[in-house]
Amino acid sequence: MGNFHNSESDLDRFRFRLGIATLVVLLAFGTLIGRFVWLQVLQHDFYRTRAEDNRIALIPIVPNRGVITDRNGVVLARNYSAYTLEITPSLAGDLEATIDALSEVIDIQPKDRKRFKRLLDEAKNFESVPIRTRLTDTEVAIFAAQRYRFPGVEVMARLFRQYPLGPIGSHALGYIGRITDRDLQWIEEADKQANYKGTDHIGKTGLEQHYEFELHGETGYEEVEIDSGGRALRSLKRIPPVSGNNLQLTLDAKLQEITEQAFGDRKGALVAIDPNTGGILALVSNPTYDPNLFVDGITPDNWKELNEHPDKPMINRTINGAYPPGSTFKPFMALAALELGKRTPNQAISDPGFFNFGNHTFRDDKKGGHGSVDMYKSIVHSCDTYYYMLANDMGIDNIARFMGQLGLGQRTGVDLGRDDSGESKGVLPSQEWKRQRFKKPEQQKWYAGETISIGIGQGYNAYTPIQLAQATAVVANRGVMFRPHLVNQIVDARTGEKRPVEPQPIRDLKLKPQNVDVIRRAMVGVNKEGTGARTFAGAPYEAAGKTGTAQVFSLKGADYKASGVKKELRDHALFIAFAPADKPKIALAVLVENGGFGAQSAAPIARMVLDYYLLGKLPAGAAKEDAAAVEDDNEE
Amino acid sequence: MIDVIGTLKRGGRGLIAPIDFPLLLITLAIMAVGLATVNSATFDGNNRLLSQAGNMGVAMVVMWLVARLPPQKLMRFALPLYVVGLLLLVAVFLFGIKVNGAKRWLSLGFTRIQPSEIMKIAMPLMLAWYFHKYEATLRARHFIVAALLLVVPFGLIAKQPDLGTALLVGGAGFFVIFFAGLPWKVIVGLIAAGAAAAPLLWGMMHDYQRKRILTLIDPTTDPLGAGYHIIQATIAIGSGGPFGKGYLNGTQTHLEFIPEKHTDFIFAVYSEEWGLLGNALLVFLYTLLIGRGMMIAMAAPTMFSRLLAGSVTLGFFTYAFINMGMVSGILPVVGVPLPFMSYGGTALVTLFLGIGILMSIQSHRMLVKK
Repeated sequence: MGNFHNSESDLDRFRFRLGIATLVVLLAFGTLIGRFVWLQVLQHDFYRTRAEDNRIALIPIVPNRGVITDRNGVVLARNYSAYTLEITPSLAGDLEATIDALSEVIDIQPKDRKRFKRLLDEAKNFESVPIRTRLTDTEVAIFAAQRYRFPGVEVMARLFRQYPLGPIGSHALGYIGRITDRDLQWIEEADKQANYKGTDHIGKTGLEQHYEFELHGETGYEEVEIDSGGRALRSLKRIPPVSGNNLQLTLDAKLQEITEQAFGDRKGALVAIDPNTGGILALVSNPTYDPNLFVDGITPDNWKELNEHPDKPMINRTINGAYPPGSTFKPFMALAALELGKRTPNQAISDPGFFNFGNHTFRDDKKGGHGSVDMYKSIVHSCDTYYYMLANDMGIDNIARFMGQLGLGQRTGVDLGRDDSGESKGVLPSQEWKRQRFKKPEQQKWYAGETISIGIGQGYNAYTPIQLAQATAVVANRGVMFRPHLVNQIVDARTGEKRPVEPQPIRDLKLKPQNVDVIRRAMVGVNKEGTGARTFAGAPYEAAGKTGTAQVFSLKGADYKASGVKKELRDHALFIAFAPADKPKIALAVLVENGGFGAQSAAPIARMVLDYYLLGKLPAGAAKEDAAAVEDDNEE
Repeated sequence: MIDVIGTLKRGGRGLIAPIDFPLLLITLAIMAVGLATVNSATFDGNNRLLSQAGNMGVAMVVMWLVARLPPQKLMRFALPLYVVGLLLLVAVFLFGIKVNGAKRWLSLGFTRIQPSEIMKIAMPLMLAWYFHKYEATLRARHFIVAALLLVVPFGLIAKQPDLGTALLVGGAGFFVIFFAGLPWKVIVGLIAAGAAAAPLLWGMMHDYQRKRILTLIDPTTDPLGAGYHIIQATIAIGSGGPFGKGYLNGTQTHLEFIPEKHTDFIFAVYSEEWGLLGNALLVFLYTLLIGRGMMIAMAAPTMFSRLLAGSVTLGFFTYAFINMGMVSGILPVVGVPLPFMSYGGTALVTLFLGIGILMSIQSHRMLVKK
């Protein structure tokens, strides 16, 4: 039988093959052990990290944004808590069906759905996404009763930005809005990505943007253990957020408010500065807008209206509007003449009412001229001929150098916007400027005739209101220059520690005191016996000022008649002032677009600002413009 | 009374007579580890500990029943079991139920059966019987017939498709042929032909099969699809480190990152909680199991029992190696359970059938010799 038929060689072969098989087994198991050593010893750290990443999710806790207050503690920007209805996608199941069902209980608009979709794309699975914001108490109660029907839907309290004064001071405050790709780039450049996890709003303009990284605070987080479905199981660790720093401004909210009201529906700008510090007391650009519209995502209709309005309310005229300074340029010209030794105060010219240069006649506003004019009279009565001659004597580059020292034609570096690139430089004309400004060689040459009208603040001259206010403040402060700024101090929300913003002067022009006194006396003269006299009649303080009118429309020699020119082409009215003249506490520049004569529409606003700031006097009937301004005092 | 006790004693001896204690102890040790791991894997939800213990009890009864049978009786089952298995496979091919895209089951009305499972035992039994029968006159044609007996069921199972079972069945058959003395020339030739045919085979593969192989080479190409299982299992093993995270502390396991964690991927659960140390112990236990099987095969008195013991023993190896290899990312993912560890009654019964066969061969060795 087969059983006994085994030959020894068959058995040997079998045993040999068993041996081979055993070897293969050991080899294979050895390979496995090698693999385990690789994974569990050599690569252990890598896989341990991977396992931790799997299991732990960091849920950011967004800090409270810093509060902005004016110099007296009036709140300008704050946060308030409001109920939002939020859906956690991983728990809710069919989102469309959930939202449809919700809309039967709570009012949900198509725009809410749109926003939800957008937010959903950005959110992680375990984060809740708002479908409705600002629920009323009634809505909260209605939902609470139906809550069992909606797994994964919750009412949460979230913080929203609010600007309690509405449009007042909006051009200074700016606003916050949803983070866009450009903002993300900014965050990346600042290396703040980690701190912005979970943050979905960021400062877009103004102080909100400039002090974004102060206001934001430090994001806290919660370490949550999650399972493979993204469900949060338990909290492992919680690092609370640190609130953003508060900003205390130099701005006076009441002053800001009455100034904005004084502009009424006129376009224009006003910047009032404390010349001793550079702190901005009022920064008005009219018309304004309500920054609250942006907080929750501005609706397309509102955005269209603001953007396409002919008065351009979104433009901050104080830093982005460049205007010819007109006659407000004259005190600076006079100061330049004194400092450069081109004139003495008593040196007088004879004004025939015009100045001939080459074959061109530059005319004075006053027919027949002012007669004998010294420096005092040239400012008080705003004599053009005096400055035509002066400009011609000084030359364009001397003028440019001096005006540049005063900060004209240069960014002030005011703390608005992300950096100063948002601020306009204006135009400080010089030979060099013209070479760079124009392409054709024949346009690049500076003609001596072009210097003449620069002397009265016309021609290529164009400065922003904040530059004019700063230059005025420098004169008021006898040559010591501060950077205009809106934030007085940054206050740590937790410790209360206060960090002042630069009290250091950025420049000292080393002006001769007697020269500054000449200009100051002349500017006081303007308000006592000159173009500002009517407006400043009865003022219990001594105010230095200068009116100005800037041509928008070149008349080519014809007489200017306000009524004959379309409103958009009417002259801009300007006024610069500081007071009290001997110890200035406030310096300002006012511009009223198409306002006609400076004395007529700009000076009254200045008077009102000074009255309030120096005397605490509120204007009678607040917003009424002082129409009873000078009618015949149109000598500018 | 005394007589009763004596009878009981004799009876007791009869009851335990077919048991091979080394084999039983090794198996019990692996099963203890397996039970603990099933408990951990199913700790948070539907706990399978008791259910698996029950499976083990049933499977061990099966083992005992088989172990009592002498190999000669086992031999008688070879042909009928194989024929029935083959017919059922054909039936699956014709009338099988499709579940998850694979046609593996036959509906009997009240329950479903998976005939390929029968083949895991029927195949080595059949081939061992066949070679035993022609032991004296072994010729090349017998190897060809044996190859045919192997290839037909293998093809039917692979076609279902069930690559894992096909490999186990094919392996069991091949081991018999190998131990029966398949010439080395043929083996080398087969390997060479296989290597040459690889590109051809690649062309014939299903897209999903190709994807599995590509995913194995670089799981990160498809981290949320086919690569997910491998990546998560590898993370579990790697994060276990040298000493493991501790029993019931595996985060990958308990936070549901490991798929099929109480069945095919149970090794990842074990490895995460017990680390390299645990792995080494488990591999050592398998080595012992295989070693004991080899010893039984070595001492087996007949051609049939030798071939059967050798094939069954290497079968355990195939299970263990393919499973641990795929879970740790060095072999493609195929549905092969980890022997005595993975949850599942059918697989346990099949495995204990194997253990029972080994015990039968071991315990009836003397009788045959006498």
